[in-house]
Amino acid sequence: MNGKRSIFLMSALCFGFAFLYVPIMLVIIYSFNEGKLVTVWAGFSTKWYVELFRDDAMIDAAWNSLRIGLMSATLALAIGTPAGLVMSRFGRFRGRTMFSGMIAAPLVMPDVITGLSLLLLFVTMEQLVGWPAGRGMTTIVIAHTTFCAAYVAVVVQSRLSGMDTSIEEAAMDLGAKPTKIFFLITLPMILPALMAGWLLSFTLSLDDLVISSFVAGPGSTTLPMKVFSSVRLGVSPEINALATLIIIAISVLIIIASILVMRSERQRARQVQEDTGIPG
Amino acid sequence: MSQGANQQDAQICVQTSQPWNDPDGVPFIRFEKVTKKFGDFYAVDDVSLDIYRHELFALLGGSGCGKTTLLRMLAGFEDPTEGKIYIDGVDMANVPPYERPTNMMFQSYALFPHMSVEKNVAFGLHQDGYSKSEIKERVADMLALVQMSKFATRKPHQLSGGQRQRVALARSLVKQPKVLLLDEPLGALDKKLREQTQFELVNIQEKLGTTFVMVTHDQEEAMTMASRIAVMNEGVIKQIGTPFELYEYPNSRFTANFLGQVNLIEGTLVDDDEKYAIIQSDDIGGEIYIDHAVQGHEGTTLWVALRPERLRLCTEKPENTTRNCFAGKVEDIGYLGGLSTYHVRLETGKRIRVSEPNTHRHNEPRYTWDDQVWVTWETGSASVLNQ
Amino acid sequence: MSDIKPTLKQRFDRWMIRHGRVLVIGLPYLWLFLFFLVPFLIVLKISFATAQYAQPPYSALFQWVDEGVNIAINFGNYLFLLSDSLYISAYLNSIRIAAISTVITLLIGYPMAYGIARAKGSTRNLLLMLVILPFWTSFLIRVYAWIGILDREGLINAALMGLHIISEPLIIRQTEVAVYIGIVYTYLPFMILPLYSTLEKMDGSLLEAALDLGCKPWKAFATITLPLSLPGILAGSLLVFIPAVGEFVIPELLGGPNTLMIGRTLWNEFFSNRDWPIASSVAIAMLIFLVVPIMYFQHIQGKTEDPGK
Ligand SMILES: Nc1ncnc2c1ncn2[C@@H]1O[C@H](COP(=O)(O)OP(=O)(O)OP(=O)(O)O)[C@@H](O)[C@H]1O
Ligand SMILES: [Mg+2]
Repeated sequence: MNGKRSIFLMSALCFGFAFLYVPIMLVIIYSFNEGKLVTVWAGFSTKWYVELFRDDAMIDAAWNSLRIGLMSATLALAIGTPAGLVMSRFGRFRGRTMFSGMIAAPLVMPDVITGLSLLLLFVTMEQLVGWPAGRGMTTIVIAHTTFCAAYVAVVVQSRLSGMDTSIEEAAMDLGAKPTKIFFLITLPMILPALMAGWLLSFTLSLDDLVISSFVAGPGSTTLPMKVFSSVRLGVSPEINALATLIIIAISVLIIIASILVMRSERQRARQVQEDTGIPG
Repeated sequence: MSQGANQQDAQICVQTSQPWNDPDGVPFIRFEKVTKKFGDFYAVDDVSLDIYRHELFALLGGSGCGKTTLLRMLAGFEDPTEGKIYIDGVDMANVPPYERPTNMMFQSYALFPHMSVEKNVAFGLHQDGYSKSEIKERVADMLALVQMSKFATRKPHQLSGGQRQRVALARSLVKQPKVLLLDEPLGALDKKLREQTQFELVNIQEKLGTTFVMVTHDQEEAMTMASRIAVMNEGVIKQIGTPFELYEYPNSRFTANFLGQVNLIEGTLVDDDEKYAIIQSDDIGGEIYIDHAVQGHEGTTLWVALRPERLRLCTEKPENTTRNCFAGKVEDIGYLGGLSTYHVRLETGKRIRVSEPNTHRHNEPRYTWDDQVWVTWETGSASVLNQ
Repeated sequence: MSDIKPTLKQRFDRWMIRHGRVLVIGLPYLWLFLFFLVPFLIVLKISFATAQYAQPPYSALFQWVDEGVNIAINFGNYLFLLSDSLYISAYLNSIRIAAISTVITLLIGYPMAYGIARAKGSTRNLLLMLVILPFWTSFLIRVYAWIGILDREGLINAALMGLHIISEPLIIRQTEVAVYIGIVYTYLPFMILPLYSTLEKMDGSLLEAALDLGCKPWKAFATITLPLSLPGILAGSLLVFIPAVGEFVIPELLGGPNTLMIGRTLWNEFFSNRDWPIASSVAIAMLIFLVVPIMYFQHIQGKTEDPGK
């Protein structure tokens, strides 16, 4: 009876992962296709990569996206970290329900609504206070920061609520002040979460199409916007090449990050062991 | 519950008859050379064990010695790597847990958190397709038995640890299984509640006549409750017997140490007669006289086990006998209320533990630190162990 | 004198102790308030305006006329939404497509999450990593990947025709089926992760207890595992359903011209028709429908962060 169940689960996992990975694999494989048609394999070639790097508009859009991603992720960290801290360590305060609502809602809010509402906000602000003047990188960064901050908050918060408060309380008991505790105790503990949060924000920002389309102005075309306008017309091998590069870059980033996190976790565990004298 | 009285009579009758000593007795549960390996690790190693109907059988041993694993194989959650398990003569090899005549009370209780107390208890009966009215009646009876009727509609998280334990018991008993398996049933309770519940459990067992197989690492609990005990160590059963047998006639240093306090004295067999034996011990600095034959080769190394309460202390060297009498100095005294224990350092440097009951309130302590004393015992009090 | 007067650092510490809390709450609070909450009020406001050729392309709600305020609220946009069957059917379509996709995602995701939760140690970590990885790679690219597969000249048709199973290419892209595939594919990790975390936390002895009490395995699953994983099912389903209702990219790239979804309608109103007030009222109408599921999502999200409640 146990066998039947595990066979079922095994095949579900195999099917599921095949479903998740085969399309990506195909994109990668066909990025090396000599021919222009997706269906016909015309031999191995890297010419589409060369083509891609000659496409100045594409390169410009990529630079825009990278700059926006770096700025948004960093800002999102600055705003999301205190938010996560507040959610997990500050107990009740007036307006907590609204606060948690403003953190949870961006996670599920349809992009078209977020995009439209931010655009209308920027237009209204420009009318009222004259800032931000026009739309461009600034407005995109603000928009991305807002929804990324919610993700950072959730990541930080789940990391913090997974750890008990006794370490911080012990530090407080030994006379450390709240700010000191944050920088000496809490911050190192949530460092992996911060790294994950930053990376997540960076990739989300790099990936966003809909919100950027609403709040972008002339000259601030991002990579997804560029890709979208070309993909609309159908499959192109150049996009396959770009997709491959993005997938490889992100996978490498994630793998490096998780190795770093794992190493720091192991180090922490070792330290705890040494501190408590439990042999490993 | 009208047959309760009859069953109780039958139970007493069975218990006095000791089926395990009856060569024609048919075991109800039989482990035949059962081994369980996790990877390369032997959690249970070649265990053979017979348990009889109506017994309250305890598996006793330290942490990680394989008690739970043995119980889980009986319940059907683990398959033995080797060997066979029979319940009521039926080979359990291909019988899944839901078809076995056993029910288990889990170490963590495993109450279904999304169901009320009532629903938890009724769960097993629902599986067997009893009518609604019958389920209701039996659940009510069972809750009354464990004194939980008042809490029937509560959810598990609204109960105290002791109350949860009662619900878990009721849930596992309500199907009237042939065998009830209990994994450290009282582990989560404080000492007072524990002792009270031990008696309740024994009462319930006697009332229903179910065969109980209980896991515990608390030797006192095993002694008070069990008809027989199997002492386990590292996946192996070291000894099986009634509490009396295990305490008075341990077969190894492990069991002697595991049940109660003991002084172990190493020595060499120098004289073995039909009626007596003499063991020369450098440990204690003299000869130990045993009042029965040891049946060993002269010259073999043996251990003499002496319970602290079987030893006596005197200030003067006893006159009537010269046997088993050793001088020493009181080094430490522990007052435990009902009795006091004295640690006596013999001339050889060996420490011996002696306990004496405090029978009167205003007794002056008979000995104090650094008193010169003699330790002595009756020749029949010692057990001789060869392993 | 100087030892009575607090140093700058001491003064800062004291100030931090008194006001630090407010500061830490204040920064994210203000940001989210300004850039997440206020915009909705503006959308609401503009949904009552009229479109006009101007910069910005809508009429003002309040106007100073002869020392008085002239309020020009225009319900016309909403009446228009109600009167034009295009919008109503776009709504119903979105909800239907999102609901069906959510159910399919659940059916695929549940056994996967269950299998991962049952796996041991390092295998489990690897499987989890494999679920998370696509979630990090570009959404747009993952949708794009399906174009090449489902297209008229795509890989499925090429393979089936190559094997002589079909003679005419199947139309898969530009149908609703393609939209289902796209949603299920891109949102699957969002379903698996919350499911996994509830299943992983579940006490294995509960299932054993059910078996022990005579319950057959599939029934034990239905009476114990399934109800206990309900929080995960709900969280995962909401994480898929809510954004799927407003999805734009997937119906645009994989759906046909007549696969109407409300996110796409909003986009077209805004970018093609440049009718901001109508786009705003479409957004508000969508929000009204989504407010209950969003609040419910926030509620269960709140419960997981503070289990003591
Ligand atoms: N599923 C398993 N996989 C690997 N090893 C296991 C498994 N279950 C038990 N073991 C090992 O088998 C040994 C016996 O375990 P068991 O649970 O039977 O101990 P126990 O006697 O019940 O201990 P305790 O009193 O602590 O409950 C332990 O060393 C344990 O680590
Ligand atoms: Mg155990």
